[in-house]
Amino acid sequence: MVAAATSRDRDLWQRARDAAASVTDPEIPVLTIDDLGVLRDVVLREDGRVNVAITPTYSGCPAMNMIAVNVALALECAGFPDAIVRTVLSPAWTTDWMSEAGRRKLKAYGIAPPQAAGSRRALFGVEQVSCPQCGSGDTELLSEFGSTSCKALWRCKACREPFDYFKCH
Amino acid sequence: MATPSITVTETPLVLYALRRADDALILGHRLSEWCGHGPMLEEDMALSNIALDLIGQARALYTCAAEVEGNGNDEDKLAYLRDVRQYRNLLLVERPNGDFARTMVRQLFYSAFADIYWRGMMSSRDATLAAIAAKSEKESAYHLRHASEWIIRLGDGTEESHVRAQAAIDDLWAFTGEMFAVDDSECGLIDAGIAVDPLLLMPEWLVTVTDVTREATLSLPENDWMQQGGRDGRHSEHLGHLLSELQHMQRSFPGASW
Repeated sequence: MVAAATSRDRDLWQRARDAAASVTDPEIPVLTIDDLGVLRDVVLREDGRVNVAITPTYSGCPAMNMIAVNVALALECAGFPDAIVRTVLSPAWTTDWMSEAGRRKLKAYGIAPPQAAGSRRALFGVEQVSCPQCGSGDTELLSEFGSTSCKALWRCKACREPFDYFKCH
Repeated sequence: MATPSITVTETPLVLYALRRADDALILGHRLSEWCGHGPMLEEDMALSNIALDLIGQARALYTCAAEVEGNGNDEDKLAYLRDVRQYRNLLLVERPNGDFARTMVRQLFYSAFADIYWRGMMSSRDATLAAIAAKSEKESAYHLRHASEWIIRLGDGTEESHVRAQAAIDDLWAFTGEMFAVDDSECGLIDAGIAVDPLLLMPEWLVTVTDVTREATLSLPENDWMQQGGRDGRHSEHLGHLLSELQHMQRSFPGASW
């Protein structure tokens, strides 16, 4: 660990962090890994190499490998070759890690952002999700499991549009 | 098969991680067999998603086992280059999918167990296992809910779905006892606060599956004779067939990647 002792170090670190934070989720391209809370830590080492820690949203998230490659690439382009990207599991990612900006972008993109859930163990769901297209609360769950592990499939009964819901976790 | 199997030095902790990893991988593979064959599109996606979660959990656990072993093995070698007798999974998870009811009963039995098991492991003294458990626990809560809802729909559905769900329960019941079995290797880890004692989880598991099956108008068998052997590598004939498909590429083309 290197404390950003001088302003030059701080600038360098900021440049590295900005580069890593600019990487987007391959499945939800409007969200950066910073918005998602997938980017956990960026450390500038004394030898100039950068250590980055990322965390998966779900254990089997297939986007992790691509995100790691893209982070290394973004750093390379910003002048930090040979970055080391590690996956950390603790503390476990939850939807609370998603930023407010991330939630707004998600909704504008047509994906309902995660909401504070009731009991995860309650059967035949009682969750209320608003349609990201028309805002109606008259919606229904089609499938708990959607096009990616982090999403469920819903349908709006008012505007009849199906939509993705980013599952609360 | 061209590539020889690896050997694994199974210290208690390595074995412990391997057993959990094998459960997740084999069940994940079984569920992936539904991909393209689900009874409807939403269910096809659900089963594939659950498979993905399980394979993700397996990867983390294999990586943990390989690091503890420190012998140059990794997640891929552990998954692709061990033969059937080296697999340590529960017999339950290697049972063939059968019809949808049978797959869902297997899901209910395993998820009801995994859900409380991971929750217990979150307080393991081993930081890596605790972190893997914290991640997996969130996923298994979804899996349990999914399976519970389906068992209720099937049991309390048509005469046909009820009969099939009950037949699946009767057939798979004898494979549930193995989840709660503990051997000497695991006892030491339980005493050290690293492993979860599954026997302590049995009452809660029983309440969960009893509640769901009762609501589904189904019943649990009364026989208590339980089949075991998977934890020691004594498997049914089904696992060999599963592995031949799972391992075919790496055995035929060592180190193949894309």
